[in-house]
Amino acid sequence: MSHSSADEAAKGAPQQEVVLMKGNEAIAHAAIRYGADGYFGYPITPQSEVLETLEALHPWDTTGMVVLQAESELASINMVYGGAATGKTVMTSSSSPGISLMCEGLSYIAACELPCLVVNVMRGGPGLGTIHPSQADYFQATKGGGHGDYHFIVLAPSTVQEMADFVGLSFDLAFKYRTPAMILADGIVGQMMEKVVLPPFRPRRTPEQIAELCPWAATGNPSRRKPNTITSLELDSAEMEKNNNRFQATYRRIEEAEQRSVSYLTDDAEYLIVAFGSVARICQKAIDDARGRGAKIGLLRPVTLWPFPEKAVAEVASRVKGILVVELNAGQMIEDVKLASRCTVPVHHFGRLGGIIPNPGEIDNELERLFPEAFPSKS
Amino acid sequence: MKTEIIIAGFGGQGVLSMGKILAYAGLMHGLDVTWMPSYGPEQRGGTANVTVILSDEGPISSPVLDTFDIAVLLNQQSLDKFESRVKPGGILIYDSYGVHTPPQRTDITVYRIEAMEATFDMPSSKTYNMIVLGALLGIEHIVPSESVDLALEKVIPSRHHDLLEVNRTAFRRGMELVG
Repeated sequence: MSHSSADEAAKGAPQQEVVLMKGNEAIAHAAIRYGADGYFGYPITPQSEVLETLEALHPWDTTGMVVLQAESELASINMVYGGAATGKTVMTSSSSPGISLMCEGLSYIAACELPCLVVNVMRGGPGLGTIHPSQADYFQATKGGGHGDYHFIVLAPSTVQEMADFVGLSFDLAFKYRTPAMILADGIVGQMMEKVVLPPFRPRRTPEQIAELCPWAATGNPSRRKPNTITSLELDSAEMEKNNNRFQATYRRIEEAEQRSVSYLTDDAEYLIVAFGSVARICQKAIDDARGRGAKIGLLRPVTLWPFPEKAVAEVASRVKGILVVELNAGQMIEDVKLASRCTVPVHHFGRLGGIIPNPGEIDNELERLFPEAFPSKS
Repeated sequence: MKTEIIIAGFGGQGVLSMGKILAYAGLMHGLDVTWMPSYGPEQRGGTANVTVILSDEGPISSPVLDTFDIAVLLNQQSLDKFESRVKPGGILIYDSYGVHTPPQRTDITVYRIEAMEATFDMPSSKTYNMIVLGALLGIEHIVPSESVDLALEKVIPSRHHDLLEVNRTAFRRGMELVG
């Protein structure tokens, strides 16, 4: 459990080494390097490599990080709940059906204003569904999932590098706003390998650092202060409304400060694709092909799904003639695109369901079908 | 230059590992790479495939593709599925072992290799994929052999480095098949 061993690990490892690994493996490496205190999870395809990699790296011998395979997803999220309540940097990961099981715990964690990281590497649903890539948990991640008026920060990586980078970003934001953060990935970016530069090692926080950063934490040391109580229960409705108003004030601050998105060729775009995660990359290739045939199409990739980058979408929507939202679902993010664009231009949807990945050519065909006037040779 | 490759065959033939060694060799050669597998029950039999993209043009966009510059197809099912998706002027490499309907296209270059036959003379049948990789790089010089050597050291865990030599031998045998 000593922190000097983390320093040794930091000295021993090359910090800028470029490696080839899966997105799931990158999550595990990044968590150890961030100085995470604990991972609690239960295996499920297509994200089992997160737990497997952590077990293989046995960080309990170096940084002191706890890695525990719990007996279920319910146990995992409640271990995260407990760890987070003590101000520790804790996380879990799962895939769609497992995240459904965790939603009760997520609601409690959000209600207690606790920071943690939850990784969802989505697979095709509903139900047990398939093990293949999907984005059908967008609503669950961004609109709730559990009960009550709560939100948490949702980041959508599209590369293995972002899988690594968003671990630290998620923890930073989670502690800044005292809220859970989710990395909402899909089976593509979880399973594919790319080159990645892993973040540098940082030591785990000391108890003193935790006490300073998390004065609310239940650290079992109340001798010099009033005991901290962490509970979501408040039977006085007037007090519960105050709590809710505080949560909502936090959400408005997050919406104001943390919208993130990436634009590709939107400056001269006459038509726009909005897509997130690995699907945005498939769309990027479709756009390159379409531009080769004279069609001025751009891409806007939301990086934060909550808060949704409504300012960026509204800005680009105000100067294009039509929008196509491409998702691995039956039409979820399209609702936020319609709201952000205020439906000032037609907003269409193209989706594949149940674990099927569209090829770039399918998206090109859809662009031609919906926006024939964008293709000079066709009109 | 960007090279878009599909490798497909039976689960257990080492298709995914071959793709990983190729991708790692690309990385060692300073290229951007993506390795996108078909994952799941395939590894317990049935067909498995992996898309590998190697590029010196910067970050790679889509890891999934409609068409390929090179297809390495190691059984009949894979030939049936992917022959039509080789770009005109592209390369199709297939192992004739167990194939009853050879490729028909005339607008691509087709190479028939006898990698499975060659495996029978090797000390380990598990090096089949390295013979195929040797043949692929013998036909199309995508990455230097030295990068494959370095990739093997990365991909094979150090506790199994006694297997490096047999893999290198198989790789050279594959190059000889098409040499």
